Amino acid sequence: MTATFKLLRSSPFSARLGMAMVLITLLAAIFAPVVAPYGETEVAGDVWLPASADHWVGTDNLGRDLFSRLVYGARNTIAIAFLITALSFIVGTMWGFLAATVGGWMDQLLSRIVDILMAFPTLIFALMVLSVVGTSIPALVVVIALLDSTRVYRLSRAVAMDIEVMEFVEAARLRGEGLWWLMRHEILPNAMPPLVAEFGLRFCFVFLFIAALSFLGLGIQPPTADWGSMVRENSGAITFGIFTPLWPAGAIAFLTVGVNLVVDWFLHIASGLED
Amino acid sequence: MELLKFNGITALVLKRVGLGLVTLWVISLLIFVGVEALPGDLAEAVLGQSATPETVAAFRKELKLDMPPHVRYFAWLGAFVKGDFGNSLANQRPVVDLISWRFANSLFLAGVTAMIAVPVAVLLGILAALYRNTLFDRLISMATLSTISFPEFFVAYILIALLSVQVVIFPSISNINEQMSFWQKLYAICLPCLTLAMVVTAHMMRQTRAAIINILSSPFIEMANLKGLRKLRVVVLHAFPNALSPVINVIALNLAYLVVGVVIVEVVFVYPGLGQLLVDSVSKRDIPVVQASGLIFAGTYVMLNLLADVLSIVSNPRLRNPR
Amino acid sequence: MTAPLLEMKNIVIEGLSGESWLPIIKGLDLTLHKGEVLGLIGESGAGKSTFGLASMAYTRQGCRIASGSIRFDGKELFGAPDSELRELRGARIAYVAQSAAASFNPAHRLIRQYAEAPVQHGIMSYAEAEEKAVATYQQLLLPDPENIGYRFPHQVSGGQLQRAMVAMAMSCQPDIIIFDEPTTALDVTTQIEVLAAIKDITRRFNTAAIYITHDLAVVAQLADRIMVLRYGELVEENDAREMLANPRETYTRDLLAVRSFKKGKSDAALKEDVILEINGVTASYTGTENVLEDIDLEIRKGRTVALVGESGSGKSTLARVITGLLPPVQGEVVFKGEALPPALKSRKRKDLQRLQMIYQMPDTALNPRQKIRKVIGRPLAFYFNYSRQQQEKRILELLDQIELPADYIDRYPTELSGGEKQRICIARALAAEPDLIICDEVTSALDQLVAEEILKLLLNLQRKLQVSYLFITHDLATVKAISDEIVVMLNGRIVEKGPKQEILKPPHHEYTDLLLSSVPEMDPDWLDGLLEARAEQENGEKPMMEPAA
Repeated sequence: MTATFKLLRSSPFSARLGMAMVLITLLAAIFAPVVAPYGETEVAGDVWLPASADHWVGTDNLGRDLFSRLVYGARNTIAIAFLITALSFIVGTMWGFLAATVGGWMDQLLSRIVDILMAFPTLIFALMVLSVVGTSIPALVVVIALLDSTRVYRLSRAVAMDIEVMEFVEAARLRGEGLWWLMRHEILPNAMPPLVAEFGLRFCFVFLFIAALSFLGLGIQPPTADWGSMVRENSGAITFGIFTPLWPAGAIAFLTVGVNLVVDWFLHIASGLED
Repeated sequence: MELLKFNGITALVLKRVGLGLVTLWVISLLIFVGVEALPGDLAEAVLGQSATPETVAAFRKELKLDMPPHVRYFAWLGAFVKGDFGNSLANQRPVVDLISWRFANSLFLAGVTAMIAVPVAVLLGILAALYRNTLFDRLISMATLSTISFPEFFVAYILIALLSVQVVIFPSISNINEQMSFWQKLYAICLPCLTLAMVVTAHMMRQTRAAIINILSSPFIEMANLKGLRKLRVVVLHAFPNALSPVINVIALNLAYLVVGVVIVEVVFVYPGLGQLLVDSVSKRDIPVVQASGLIFAGTYVMLNLLADVLSIVSNPRLRNPR
Repeated sequence: MTAPLLEMKNIVIEGLSGESWLPIIKGLDLTLHKGEVLGLIGESGAGKSTFGLASMAYTRQGCRIASGSIRFDGKELFGAPDSELRELRGARIAYVAQSAAASFNPAHRLIRQYAEAPVQHGIMSYAEAEEKAVATYQQLLLPDPENIGYRFPHQVSGGQLQRAMVAMAMSCQPDIIIFDEPTTALDVTTQIEVLAAIKDITRRFNTAAIYITHDLAVVAQLADRIMVLRYGELVEENDAREMLANPRETYTRDLLAVRSFKKGKSDAALKEDVILEINGVTASYTGTENVLEDIDLEIRKGRTVALVGESGSGKSTLARVITGLLPPVQGEVVFKGEALPPALKSRKRKDLQRLQMIYQMPDTALNPRQKIRKVIGRPLAFYFNYSRQQQEKRILELLDQIELPADYIDRYPTELSGGEKQRICIARALAAEPDLIICDEVTSALDQLVAEEILKLLLNLQRKLQVSYLFITHDLATVKAISDEIVVMLNGRIVEKGPKQEILKPPHHEYTDLLLSSVPEMDPDWLDGLLEARAEQENGEKPMMEPAA
């Protein structure tokens, strides 16, 4: 615990800024009903009102309070993105470690499948699948998690391969340890730093990806508040010189920049630790 | 020896091209099977619950849904290779008429972006690597880190707000058509082009910087420095030939990313490209159009990745001169 | 006396550690006269490379020369502008790195890299440089000197590439060459060639040299004067012969005394004591090319068999066959009279327990995320189902046996030194209570004095526990010190085997002779004597042979 504290104290400004940005967003998301002055779908005034004491950042295309929508949107979008990233990590690291430890045909088979899935541009693939299965949140979660897990597979396989050649893994093999022990006790603890950093990056990617889908009208469907769809709903305003869509778009940027700043610092110390 | 040399690298390249073709084929299969795996009946899904049995039957016949799957797959693939993509469900027009000019538009946008982004990114990447840990490097890396964290539409709307609403310089809607001259078209796509260029440059620059730094830290660069060579010579003659392979790879990968990245930007600027069409067709569930444009996007992406690998094999000095 | 060619005074070099600069070299002096060879020796972390490079006023990334004076030929280099240093580097002071494979640019042919410095420094034209390169390659006895320069670095073998780098350093006929461990990565028989080349060429052109190494016997062959460094400070500096004869400091004496201990003569072996038999083993990685060919071997209880050979001889492959990682194509491994299943997967837990392994790199042989408690405790739990308390008790016993304090039980491997880590590896092997331990180059990654301690510990444990060792090594000094029997391997075959006394006593097999005679001795005249003897022998046998062929 003290080591973590020390590490935090030695963190550079950019990393602290990032942590603060992530923390603010998370707190808003968790305490959304307390923070938001109006309900998620409550019509609270006229359309596209400018910022005022009643509506801190104005109202949206249906006259709902934009700030409340932003707060609830944080909740929905982050929860779904987190769920997807976690799912893709569970799937990706399991198969990646398995490919690296078993090797041989298992590795060949998995890697060829992943090669082909990765040869497909993610957005196009997702669009095509969603055109077929329709846009529902469970479909969204499963499709994106599966697509994303190919990236996680690649990384975790590569990391595990690097660890697998070390003699301590061979020593465990020679002791007669089974696959589960090798993956859980020998490889996983040593693969943590790159995987944690990747988790941050993948989360950003998934978050942006959902935002993009919602923006295209193919992600989270109204009236659920979600940052991507909020940009879409209010996009007409921009040509009138009303900057409403910039708020949700900026919120997306705010969170991803925050996460990236933290990850960047983490990667820096993780690479330093190996020296 | 000469012959052997040729054989070694040709074999590698041929192997990679073969793999690319297999990938394309599997993708076509996936696209087909994916549609095939529709829950429920496609006809009912598209026509809705209220459709009469007669219309459903007619629809099924039209899509040849009454034939066995493998027959339909080869018929579909054969027709696709000949350029016959079938008819749109939404307006009954041949898909090829809908797609071809839009695809040309998308390539135009991506091409112009690449012309700007590639030289800028590579140059900035090299400079940042050479002057790493200076203020210049830090500024650039902060800027690119932010840019890659921004969603494309955020960059797009900021640009619109600044350059077409606050100061009216560029149009916020990039409509182009056949009657426009090249320069008019170029003017029309300024904002989408700038948006894409910013995002792609950020990615490409970061990767270029990393690749160059990796090369600069190798012992043979230290050796070159200890031979008392001028800095420019070390960079141009010693670092560059070895950095070529990774940098080419970075460029090609980002071009592939660019081709897909156009989708969102096209929607923001209502640009008549293939991405816009794809998105519209997905919401309308116009399956033949989705299939065709998806396959074209995927094909372009696969080809660019293939090109990246081949160029990176060809430009690797160790592979070019085998033992 | 003339002014020295290079004079470094009170050099302090600092390295960046986290956010702060810590001293690596703490105020060292160095003088070098024309044509003189100075040996810089020390163990890892002594700062010898850093100090050697500083003579060119060069530091690696993350280091800086904090203070001091570097006078070369009357010019001050510390703080001199880059353009001035550039004129010196390569032209008047040249550098030979440890790994030629990494230090040659893979994109250019050797001769082009040879010619680069003289052409860029305006000393000669490219055509002249090419001609001179061929002459230098010839002097260094490189095969096919006319054409070898037109190859790419990865097309040339390790020893040849190292000599090509020596040639490259000579291209401008510099006043000083800095040799940074140029033979460390090479086999002993190859090392001789490179050493001879270096000695010949520095003498011929009266080039001064700074020779950096951790091996006192190597430096004894070349150096006129030796500086012993430790922790960035000078231990002792003296004339080479004088230092070898009369070391003043204990540390130097310890370095000189390395491997002077010998295992006592063992009793006559009994047939029934054989615990491991290898019968006619042939193995292959590809299925087409055999890495091992018809190997027969026996190991007896409580004895040490040393498996000697250079890289590529197949000695580590044999270990893989014995452990079951590489099932043999033919032949069998018999353990205590029972044939072991060839593949690891089909072996029983009991088979695995009796056969343990210790590795070359203690850093990678221990999981950095497991505490010592888990490292040693796991085999106890795995093989013997020990409870927590039983484990704890046994771990403490083992720590005591390997002479480490009991509180190490809660440490992570990263908190230990290299030698301590290797001790933990030994404890992990002992925890399984094995009959045989395979030791794969267990001392080659360690500093000499630490290695010595580890060998002594292994011998003590053997005496106490009657465990057998299969000791794989390329280091003949180690073999002499610890083995009962010696097996010499070359290209996947056993060349010669037998009790230590027999193998080490002439007459030897031809290859054993080459191996034995190539090990540098502390005697400064050893290399000259050996080269003379070999030349004579060759002349006697084939009087008409060309030296460069």
